[in-house]
Amino acid sequence: MDIVTEQRKKLHPHKFTLWVAIASILMMFAGLTSAFIVKSNQANWQGVKEMPKFFWYSTVAILLSSLAIQMALRAFQQREMGRYRSLIATTLVLGVLFIVFQWLGFGELWNQQITFKGAGGGQFLYVIFGLHALHVLGGIVALIVMFIKAFFGKTKTYSSVPVEVAATYWHFVDGLWIYLLVFFLIIG
Amino acid sequence: MSESMSVHPEVVTTHDVHHDEHGGGHHKETFISKYIFSMDHKTIGKQFLITGIIWAIVGGLFSVLFRLQLGYPDQSFPILETFFGHWAKGGQIQPEFYYALVTMHGTVLVFFVLTAGLSGTFANILIPLQIGARDMASPMLNMLSYWFFFLASVIMMSSLFIQTGPAAGGWTIYPPLSALGQASQGSKLGMDLWLVSMAMFIVSSLLGGLNYISTILNMRTKGMSMTRMPLTIWAMFFTAVLGVLSFPVLLSGAILLLFDRNLGTSFFLSDIVVNGEVLPNEGGSAILFQHLFWFLGHPEVYIILLPAMGMVSEIMSVNSRKPIFGYMAMLGSLFAIAILAFLVWAHHMFVTGLNPFLGSIFVLLTLLIAVPSAIKVFNWLTTLWRGNIRFTPAMLFAIGFVSLFISGGLTGIFLGNSTIDIHLHDTMFVVAHFHIVMGVASFFGMFAGVYHWFPKMFGRYLNSTLGYIHFWVTMVGAYLIFWPMHYEGLAGMPRRYLDKSGWVSFNQFGDLDKMITVVSIIVFAVQLMFVFNFFYSIFKGRKVTTQNPWGANTLEWTTPIRPGHGNWVGEIPEVHRWPYDYGKDGRDFIPQTEPIGANESKH
Repeated sequence: MDIVTEQRKKLHPHKFTLWVAIASILMMFAGLTSAFIVKSNQANWQGVKEMPKFFWYSTVAILLSSLAIQMALRAFQQREMGRYRSLIATTLVLGVLFIVFQWLGFGELWNQQITFKGAGGGQFLYVIFGLHALHVLGGIVALIVMFIKAFFGKTKTYSSVPVEVAATYWHFVDGLWIYLLVFFLIIG
Repeated sequence: MSESMSVHPEVVTTHDVHHDEHGGGHHKETFISKYIFSMDHKTIGKQFLITGIIWAIVGGLFSVLFRLQLGYPDQSFPILETFFGHWAKGGQIQPEFYYALVTMHGTVLVFFVLTAGLSGTFANILIPLQIGARDMASPMLNMLSYWFFFLASVIMMSSLFIQTGPAAGGWTIYPPLSALGQASQGSKLGMDLWLVSMAMFIVSSLLGGLNYISTILNMRTKGMSMTRMPLTIWAMFFTAVLGVLSFPVLLSGAILLLFDRNLGTSFFLSDIVVNGEVLPNEGGSAILFQHLFWFLGHPEVYIILLPAMGMVSEIMSVNSRKPIFGYMAMLGSLFAIAILAFLVWAHHMFVTGLNPFLGSIFVLLTLLIAVPSAIKVFNWLTTLWRGNIRFTPAMLFAIGFVSLFISGGLTGIFLGNSTIDIHLHDTMFVVAHFHIVMGVASFFGMFAGVYHWFPKMFGRYLNSTLGYIHFWVTMVGAYLIFWPMHYEGLAGMPRRYLDKSGWVSFNQFGDLDKMITVVSIIVFAVQLMFVFNFFYSIFKGRKVTTQNPWGANTLEWTTPIRPGHGNWVGEIPEVHRWPYDYGKDGRDFIPQTEPIGANESKH
């Protein structure tokens, strides 16, 4: 085996594509958070004083879902399809729960009189957390596809690559959420 | 991972994936799956190319229209009123129309033609063919990439036909002008359509870029180590990396702008009075948008230029019958340009009140780009030096590219200095600079690529006579159009202005502007001739009869004359050498597939 084929063995092209995509998504959030930092150093900055409590619930939900999808992946690799199905379903439910909590969190913020008027931490929060939620929704769509395949699929699949790709993406949006939350707690 | 490997052998053997499926040609393709929703990288590349050509005609026509205004500000052209109605009342281009034309000319050519049309086309066609892959890493994403581009095109095109017209705040869409609908006609619905279209465009170019990167890194054939890749592929690789890392930042800027426009936030707005009305927006910063915009905007310049550089290197080596001079230096300079591309964006903002100390750092980094650029120019010239040059139309365009890159690059040194920029910013000098170095030069790279790889794309040749006419008129025309603009700019003539006849000092340029307008009409007509040549030759061009018409070393010429989906019949060839063994050991060329001989000299 020469170097080239060796190299190919290391990483499936789809996984590699996912990592590049993650870098790309990170750049978008880097752009937004840098804009946030620049603005927060200017005069008349209004930060978010009180982080809505629902964002804590959603943090718990997404952390648990990350755990669930990791267990689902292990179950798939050990061919325990029954366990895999229930764990995928659990992840899906927790993912939807995360979105619901985010929505309630936004509502709580709105009730604190932090609306779209202005250009402070609150407005950035709507944009940044909103875009993150969109990325989670993208993951949920992928999970629904996997869910349908797991429950109604006729063909047997043995490749764990799609599950691995989905799990990596899911951990990524989880990690991204933690980063964004900490970012807002410290700088916002 | 290892378990999945053992149960899913397809993964390891990318080398001959789909071998059975495509080699025999028994798999049925309908018209729709072959030409419309095709997943074949070659068809997708052609879709990008033809869509790009249509956009280029539209964008070019816009420039002819506003050149009419600039060359003949007092003249009336009744035919314009016939076609454009109230936009050209009395046969004269109205101010709103003029700004819309300028904006859409920039947007269309920068994004839709020279980004999607150039790297979309050639990255798609050349990457799998030149690295020895059956197709892209994900043909599905690749197809989506084209259809997102198509969707972006439809939205942008539709914005031309709405009542208030398309976006008209310049292709850089600086707020507050672009953020406030009441500020101008072009900031109404047209601006929203612009933003949505660009969001689709960004998705398209990200999907494409992801694919190009993972295909190049993961799908190379046996023996194709990274340093055996043709420079075209290296250039496409860096282009894709630039796109993947910089387009998301533009997207974040566009999203904030959409919020400002439609939801009442003030990210970019503060203390504004429009028509005597004081707006409630407070706390925003318009400069913030410029930072977000130019963080993409500058890499974008190289996204446009690098593919042209790569193709020119390849075409120049093939047609000089000589190895490219300094392969590793070429590669290193591409890398240096890609890194520097991210570190110079604020040189577009020297006069926005940027801290002069920060400005001096950006001056330094900007001038550093001259180093890799000069290395590349030196290597192109030394590749030509004492070569056995074949002046095919592709080669002429490649040489023309180098000429334009030198003349346009030199004026970049003027503009990169923050002190001289105080005088030159927003003058015709800037227009001359970036049109030569990035606009026309990249177009030349694209033309070189089309003439060179047309036989691979369609199995026929483009007509060479028309090709020579196309080259000489475009080459001479480009210099006649843009060279005089340097003088106008040095004299302080501003860009983007509708009518400069109010300034006595600019009256001396009246005839010069007329000349520029006449030449641009001629050059535009010659481009239409090229388009005719292109479509005519697809169906009626001289047929290619040999597999390797240019005597080139790279892998695409080992495929059948009209390759099917999967590119190679049978196994993918193995690679044994770099792609530039021309004129070696008394042989004209040695293809990459040939094993190293026993007594072969080192290159």
